[in-house]
Amino acid sequence: MAAPSVFLLAVSGEIESGEFPGFDDLYCKFSFVYGQDWVPTAGLEEGISQITSKSSVSPTTLVWNFPIDITFKSTNPFGWPQIVLSVYGPDFFGHDVVRGYGAVHVPFVPGRHKRTIAMFVPESTSRLQQLTSWFTGRRPEFTDPRVVAQGEGREVTRVRSQGFVTVSFNVMTKDLHKLGYDVPAAEGPGPQGFHGF
Amino acid sequence: MSAARPSDAPGTVRDLPPVPSTSRTSSAELSVRQRMREKLKAARTKAEITLSQEEPSPHPRRLKGIRERKPGVRLDKTSDNDKFREVPESESHLSSKVKFRDSVKKLKQKSTFQNDFPSEEEAYNFFTFNFDAIPEKMKAGSRKKNGLNEEEEVEEECVESHEDEQEDEMDEDMRLVKDDDLFIRETDEDLVVMRPVDCGKEWFGDDGKILALPNPIKQSSTRPPIFSLEEGIAPELETVYRKTIKMTSTNQYFVGPGDFQGLFQLDIDISGLIFTHHPCFSREHVLAAKLAQLYDQYLARKQKNLTKLLTDKLHALRSAVQYSTEGGGDGVPVAQQSIPEYKMEIREDVDQKSDKKAYEAEIQAEIKELLEECMEEYEKKMEEYKTELQDWKLWKKTQKSKKKKKKKDTHVDEESEDYDFGEERIKPLPPKMANSLEIEQQVRQKADSCRRKPGEPILVPELTLLGSVTPTEQCPRAEVLRREDVKKRSAFIKVLFNSKEVSRTVTRPISSDFRVHFGQIFNLQIINWPESLKLQIYETTGISSTTLLAEVFLPVPETAVLTGSAPLEEIEFSSDQRVMLDHEGVGSGVSFSFEADGSNKMTLMTSGKVSSSVSWAVGEKGIPLIPPVSQQNTGIPSTIVIQLAFVQDLMPKDKVDVAALSAVPVTAGYLADSNQAQDLALKNVDAIASIGTSGLTDMKKLAEWAAEAKLDPNDPNNAALMQLIMITTSGEAHVPDFFRLEQLQQEFNFVSDEEFNRSKRFRLLRLRNEEVAEFRNYKQVPLHEREISEKIFQASGCLSSPLVDPIQCLHMLPAVFQDYEKRLQERDVIDSKNYLDEHRAVVASYLQKVRESVINRFLIAKHHFLLSDLVNEEEILSLGILGLGLFKLAEPKRPLRPRRKERKKVTAQNLSDGDIKLLVNIIRAYDIPVRKPVTSKLQQPSKSSRSFNEMFAASPSAQSPPNNPDWAFNQVLVRPFVEVSFQRTVCRTTTAEGPSPCWNEELELPFRAPNGDYSTHSLQSVKDEVFINVFDEVLHDAVEDDHERGSGIHTRIERHWLGCVKIPFTTIYFQARIDGTFKIHIPPVLLGYSKEKNVGMERGYDSVRNLSEGSYITLFITIEPQLIPGESVREKFDTQEDEKLLQAAEKYEAECTSKFPSRQCLTTVIDLDGKTVFITRYIKPLNPPQELLDAVPNRSQTAAELVARYVALIPFLPDSVSFAGICDLWSTSDGPTAYVLTLEQRQYVIWNPSTGCFYGQYDTFCPLQNVYCLISCDNVSGFPIHMPYSEVTPLIEAVHSTGVHTIDVSNVEFALAVLATKMVAKLYRNIQLCLHPNFPNTKNPESYSLTMTTVLNKYYSKECIQLGKQVEQATTGCLQCPVLAHVVKHLDRDEPDTITAGLKEPKM
Repeated sequence: MAAPSVFLLAVSGEIESGEFPGFDDLYCKFSFVYGQDWVPTAGLEEGISQITSKSSVSPTTLVWNFPIDITFKSTNPFGWPQIVLSVYGPDFFGHDVVRGYGAVHVPFVPGRHKRTIAMFVPESTSRLQQLTSWFTGRRPEFTDPRVVAQGEGREVTRVRSQGFVTVSFNVMTKDLHKLGYDVPAAEGPGPQGFHGF
Repeated sequence: MSAARPSDAPGTVRDLPPVPSTSRTSSAELSVRQRMREKLKAARTKAEITLSQEEPSPHPRRLKGIRERKPGVRLDKTSDNDKFREVPESESHLSSKVKFRDSVKKLKQKSTFQNDFPSEEEAYNFFTFNFDAIPEKMKAGSRKKNGLNEEEEVEEECVESHEDEQEDEMDEDMRLVKDDDLFIRETDEDLVVMRPVDCGKEWFGDDGKILALPNPIKQSSTRPPIFSLEEGIAPELETVYRKTIKMTSTNQYFVGPGDFQGLFQLDIDISGLIFTHHPCFSREHVLAAKLAQLYDQYLARKQKNLTKLLTDKLHALRSAVQYSTEGGGDGVPVAQQSIPEYKMEIREDVDQKSDKKAYEAEIQAEIKELLEECMEEYEKKMEEYKTELQDWKLWKKTQKSKKKKKKKDTHVDEESEDYDFGEERIKPLPPKMANSLEIEQQVRQKADSCRRKPGEPILVPELTLLGSVTPTEQCPRAEVLRREDVKKRSAFIKVLFNSKEVSRTVTRPISSDFRVHFGQIFNLQIINWPESLKLQIYETTGISSTTLLAEVFLPVPETAVLTGSAPLEEIEFSSDQRVMLDHEGVGSGVSFSFEADGSNKMTLMTSGKVSSSVSWAVGEKGIPLIPPVSQQNTGIPSTIVIQLAFVQDLMPKDKVDVAALSAVPVTAGYLADSNQAQDLALKNVDAIASIGTSGLTDMKKLAEWAAEAKLDPNDPNNAALMQLIMITTSGEAHVPDFFRLEQLQQEFNFVSDEEFNRSKRFRLLRLRNEEVAEFRNYKQVPLHEREISEKIFQASGCLSSPLVDPIQCLHMLPAVFQDYEKRLQERDVIDSKNYLDEHRAVVASYLQKVRESVINRFLIAKHHFLLSDLVNEEEILSLGILGLGLFKLAEPKRPLRPRRKERKKVTAQNLSDGDIKLLVNIIRAYDIPVRKPVTSKLQQPSKSSRSFNEMFAASPSAQSPPNNPDWAFNQVLVRPFVEVSFQRTVCRTTTAEGPSPCWNEELELPFRAPNGDYSTHSLQSVKDEVFINVFDEVLHDAVEDDHERGSGIHTRIERHWLGCVKIPFTTIYFQARIDGTFKIHIPPVLLGYSKEKNVGMERGYDSVRNLSEGSYITLFITIEPQLIPGESVREKFDTQEDEKLLQAAEKYEAECTSKFPSRQCLTTVIDLDGKTVFITRYIKPLNPPQELLDAVPNRSQTAAELVARYVALIPFLPDSVSFAGICDLWSTSDGPTAYVLTLEQRQYVIWNPSTGCFYGQYDTFCPLQNVYCLISCDNVSGFPIHMPYSEVTPLIEAVHSTGVHTIDVSNVEFALAVLATKMVAKLYRNIQLCLHPNFPNTKNPESYSLTMTTVLNKYYSKECIQLGKQVEQATTGCLQCPVLAHVVKHLDRDEPDTITAGLKEPKM
């Protein structure tokens, strides 16, 4: 068999839950951000979850259990896919307001992984802005959620952390090793560190 | 053997210096050779000493001879003795320099060869003569001389009888001597070097080196320090701060990080210390030390077998002379030259080498030689004499003729005459003929004095130390004190590696014979290349006081020197310490005397020898712990430079010092691997042999030699040498004076640069990363090199390559390496094929370059982010806006007038093909040309051919519908429909009727971004245009037969193109929507169609509703979903403008913005070079071509039109296309929205410079809507209509101060500024209006017709009238050249908010 010219990365999993103290009725958007050498071959690149509310069972957790399933092919590990999450929910006046942005790289070790992403929102530039944005329900937002997946230009923003989202990934790769890229042996399942900020 | 024992010693028996090692002779061949040469020189010198016997008082003469002939030669220590005798006051000097030859060690070995020992008395005499306190130095000298001769004779004898017992290493030198070539080469060396002049002899020691203390800097200050800084300090005493010079070599690790191969270890064995002089030496000790030293030298001489060597040399020289004289080599100049040289050599050697047997023959030969020499001399002198005599005679003649005295004889006997005249000139004397008897006598006398008589026994001295030391009790008090003092003293040695103390020996007491035994071996595990190894010798007295006696540098061992095989070497040291003692000890640096009367003083300095060895350790498995050569890349050059500099130091230009030269092979030795060391060392020896020793100090010679010897520069063995040569020949700087950043970068590089450049994949990735236009959006760079088709680089198609996956090939297609490379190649090549003439080609290529550079700037600028780039934040609502919002809430609802609502903007990130649609809403059109009655021959004149008068004054009356059958049939004037095409998609509306149709239809066209890239910058660069074509649908009755008309309808539909509107996609993208009425571009001649004219529209200038002659279409175009337009770049660019001007402009701009937020005032724009330029620079009056003016002499209006046409023909490239929405770039005069206002015949005409069209002041469809900014060639201002006059002045002043615009009459400019501000109506020239091109939209339909009037009249009229005359007066001089200006503008919803103005073209 001829040597492969691409490698495949299959990611499945789910956006399990979020913890946003003080907020309720949140929904979550996700999208994958990847480099120029990556092409999604199957699955959804982006999606939006249902609105979920807190329950008395677990008063701090908002469970989405929103599945993600996507396969990429690539020729270059540069630009490894990241999942970008943004969580929205209604504010006091019922406006849809962003409650957090966050991103994490898809794990590159095959196996099951769980990632807890710390979420953050951009801050208003002044108190007055904060007040008016609170009134109008037009909080500061990122022009493009993908900025949280890039490093460029982040220095001009100020953000406030706000909650966590837990995502689980099941990662498979094909031909990665054949093409000369070594990844360590699969990590065992277990609690993973925070990602984000 | 009998011991030489000084009779005057106070009874102490002393030992000789130790005999540390007998393995000396078996040590490296090199050192032996070098010593051999040393000794050879010494012997040669001695030969001269004995030679100078002709003088009755031989000593001064002899010394002179030494100085003259061989001063550069290193003398053996025997010559020190001569020195003592000759120059007693320098004795102290020399004694401190006295070096003990290490040949003592060969004592035992050599002694086996001695067969004829001298008697005890002879030996005693021999060794003590020198030290006896003899008042007359002459006497001492002669006695000493005898001693010397004795010694030599002894040696000669020894050589004679034991010739075949020479050791192996001797044989080599024997061969050297016998081999003529080598021999001569050696003498050449001698001849090459310069000899110091006689006068400088007291500066040089016997070894030819400048006499100097080992360390000329005293440890303690010798003068009191100067404390007062303020008081006048002599300039030479002032301290000057110098920066610390950091040792560049300190970081020379020979082990790179990461590949530490193990430890490298140096073993330093410090066996002991012997003082050859110590302050505590008693006089007896001094004498004993001297004796021991002499004996040492004797042994060394004997071992070197110098006598034999010199004898052989003499023979060789003689035979050479014989050969060259007899062998008919007279004609050969080389031989001629060499004869005197040989003779010279012979003279050097001759006196010394008389054998016992050949004593007489020797003397005879010498006499003969001397005679020959004298004869030669005589002949030479005779020649000189003759010429002088000739001169003299001439002079004499003239004298004689003057004085008219008696004639001159030609013979020689005229001495008396000379005296008679008392001439100033003395008659030359004929040279004396040499007397053979005299010579013989001299020779014999000399032989007698300095040679062993034939038959006399050869004396062999031997020194033993067997005497017993007098017990302390029996000693005088002073001696007891001395001994006690010695007991108190102890010494230790510090070991310094690279100037850092690494260890020290234990402190050991100094024994009574002034030896200290340490016997310690230090193992240094090193990671730095050894730059220096130093021993510091300390002496402690009593408990506390420790003094540094001396520092001794140890040579870094060759890589071949391993522990176990390394010999102990004795390194001499001396100290300038000055010690005075109050007991028997003589002290150091203090003069003392052996004489009773205190004369003949001598001063000795503390000196001694350290016996030590340095070697590379051997590891457990027998592996030497030597750093490999390959890792010394950084270390080598500096090391070798240091070493060679050392060589240079040792050889003060004129000195052949073989010992010093040996440093080079040693250096080279550790450059190479241990197994290669010898090899390279030999090469270096060869280098010395071939270019001479002085050549070594001359890098150019060395380089030449390297070139001649064809050293392989690639041979790693030679690397160091080649590098050295390169460094030294290319420049003097040995030490790089640069600081290298990221010096480890190379190690960390992913691949080498060559490989990186060779790899297509890497190149592709890099180009993409650099955002090169062709590759910016290249997706999926193939993983394998082979998958990147060569064709990508060479040809556009890659499908033909079988290796390439077709799918990937599709990706590749857009990325055209070929284009890229071609572009790179052609950047400087001007291709004139595509252009009409060369000039245009040049301009085009220049423009291309400009674009590239500008785009690059913007690419960089794009990576600067502002908060607004990343975060959407609502503006703070001001109260006014809030109020307006409230007011709007109260507004009555108008359901019949729907409004377009703001849509949510969509970022381009997740879009793909088909997601984006272009919505084109065709609303209505005005003034569509109507079909002409077929019979009508009336041709509507084209608009450009119409005159102002025609336009503004009377116009042909409206056409009445022609009354003909055709007209009756058609009923309708025109049935227009609109077809929109965009990116190969075509949509059309339904057909409407009449010249002012109303469609109100929405067409949907899919949009596809290039390369499927929907990123902002990709969308910005879309060059597609939306074509909106207006057609007339014509129904032709196709029924041929009238009879059929009743039964069926058979018509043919034709579409007649009437005109079109083009709108670039980028405009839509940036403006988010296009909403307005656009003029349809209709060909000037449209066969079969004519314009319907509104009745009553021509009412002269006053007409408010003056319809222009064009056709118009109202459109609304937008993109669904709404895309976020790319931000324009807010980069500050380079500028050549004055800072003051820019500041004023900025301030002015800010003021304008604060007063009229909806307007934008521009003061600066970016020019072709991507530089910020003050806007008025773009406007300059130019004279139009004279032909145009001459064409219609009396009709200014026609001329104006011609000029406008002329200007319109000037080609330009819309920046919106070329710079694809990057920015407002004023590189060309741009497009359909640029207008110029001129005053013609007391009414205003608005010109479109790109088309040459003009509009009347009251033209209803004139695109003029709002005026934001007026720019003349002198001023920007103009625009802030409400701005008080005074506020403009700062800008005007700034303009003035910079001298950007120089107008002779300053008033004019000032007035123009006023005009621009307040008097548009009276402005004669140069007013650019930033205009909105489209009509007022549906929001305020009633306003558009009034706009022009409003703008121009409402605000300006009154003031204009008031100031008119004044200004006219001021500006009369400038009125002749109205200027066309292009106004670039941005569309934005209802209100234009971005205005830029530009260009300048002359008009009339």
